[in-house]
Amino acid sequence: MPQSVSRFLRLLVESLRDLAPIVAVIAFFQLAVLRQPLPDLAGILIGLAMVVLGLALFVRGLEMALFPIGEALAAAFTRRANLAWLLLFAFALGFGTTVAEPALIAVAREAAAIAAEAGVVVDAPEAREDYATYLRMTVAVSVGVSLVIGVFRILKGWPLHVLIISGYGIVVVMTFFAPDSIIGIAYDSGGVTTSTITVPLVTAFGVGLAHSIRGRNPIVDGFGLIAFACLSPLMFVMAFGIVWEWGG
Amino acid sequence: MWDLLRHLLETGISTLGDVAPIAAILFGFQYLVIRQPLPHLKTIITGFVYVALGLTLFLVGLERALFPLGTLMAEQLSDPAFINGVEGGPSSSDWRDYVWIYVYAAAIGFATTIAEPSLIAVALKANQASGGGISAWGLRIAVAIGVAVGVSLGTFRIITGTPLHYYIIAGYIVVILQTLRADRTIIPLAYDSGGVTTSTVTVPLVAALGIGLASSVPGRSPLIDGFGLIAFASLFPIVSVLGYSWLVAWTRRRGRGE
Repeated sequence: MPQSVSRFLRLLVESLRDLAPIVAVIAFFQLAVLRQPLPDLAGILIGLAMVVLGLALFVRGLEMALFPIGEALAAAFTRRANLAWLLLFAFALGFGTTVAEPALIAVAREAAAIAAEAGVVVDAPEAREDYATYLRMTVAVSVGVSLVIGVFRILKGWPLHVLIISGYGIVVVMTFFAPDSIIGIAYDSGGVTTSTITVPLVTAFGVGLAHSIRGRNPIVDGFGLIAFACLSPLMFVMAFGIVWEWGG
Repeated sequence: MWDLLRHLLETGISTLGDVAPIAAILFGFQYLVIRQPLPHLKTIITGFVYVALGLTLFLVGLERALFPLGTLMAEQLSDPAFINGVEGGPSSSDWRDYVWIYVYAAAIGFATTIAEPSLIAVALKANQASGGGISAWGLRIAVAIGVAVGVSLGTFRIITGTPLHYYIIAGYIVVILQTLRADRTIIPLAYDSGGVTTSTVTVPLVAALGIGLASSVPGRSPLIDGFGLIAFASLFPIVSVLGYSWLVAWTRRRGRGE
């Protein structure tokens, strides 16, 4: 027991250190540049204590749950050698963690407002709601597909940069055909899909997979799933914008 | 006090909403497809509780302590009165008048990235998987520098009103050139670090800056120009991580006197 207590204390100190830069930046700009006092100092200190404690708990939870379960699943799938289930799992993980993501819901709603302003969508609540839902589904499917491709790449040992660079090439070409109102959203959508819980899990899963397949290197082959998850929404959202403009 | 408890409860429920589908998929596949009991089930469940509780405390604390100040600060720094140095009138349209904005953008980009939980996770994993060969701190600092440069350049783009895709396409070309020369082992990690930087801590503070700036610079629309900072924040870490690995290799070669 004392050992786990000292371990947790170390995690607390580490989160304090992780948070120090952000506190320093905000305090410096508030006091030295804008020259204004800090409002509600007690509230800020309580908030900061919660942030530090929360980060330490999260990192402990990573080591206890997200990392081991990601690795255990990867090992179990390779032992059973059932490709269909493995790919289905990859899709479910990508789709399931993205579809309800609050950041994505917010971006989709904002995108519908922009599209209505640009005249791509009829400016009525139902039409905008429809547009936002279709867009959200498009992004969730794209993340599911990207993990399927990413897992397949780990199995085959294909070099990541060839796939990602060709992906970027396609994105650049699509930018010239996509409606202006969708481009900003498309470029931002890659970033919103990867939540704080998904990233550690997907990373552990990829590394675990590369670890349990003979001939694969955990560093060279195991990383890269997140890169796919960030790239494919760009393509899918631009394709969505092109199809929507073209069809409707 | 009640307000704090309500805030905790609401955020807790929404975090559970994030964890639940993931847990359902994981346990569903574990018990229906793999059909093997999980080793250390109790530890894993405790870990999930820690993750949910930790994220809840983390988010509530950020929303109470840092986000209001950060958003207010973004508004104040992009306020015409602060930029012009005098009250009244529209904001300057000369990009050289916005020095504090560039400094703030770089500083907040760096600082939020250091605190980003998903980057901490990836750095830990990279350190483990490389058997200690990749330093977790080195990686995090390299990524944070990339975000700092990216966000700062992104604010410059909003102020000058130049098209987003010029910068992004130029960035892609730099990434491709670097990839051709990079050590093969760092490439996947560099590509992954682009995506992990943009989450819980960075997005709200950086988006507030983009929207504040786009609403005060004359001729910019917050709807169209406010976007795009996130895209910068996820592209530039790739450049900086590839650059960092090149630097490490170069100093090693020099150390050996080759």
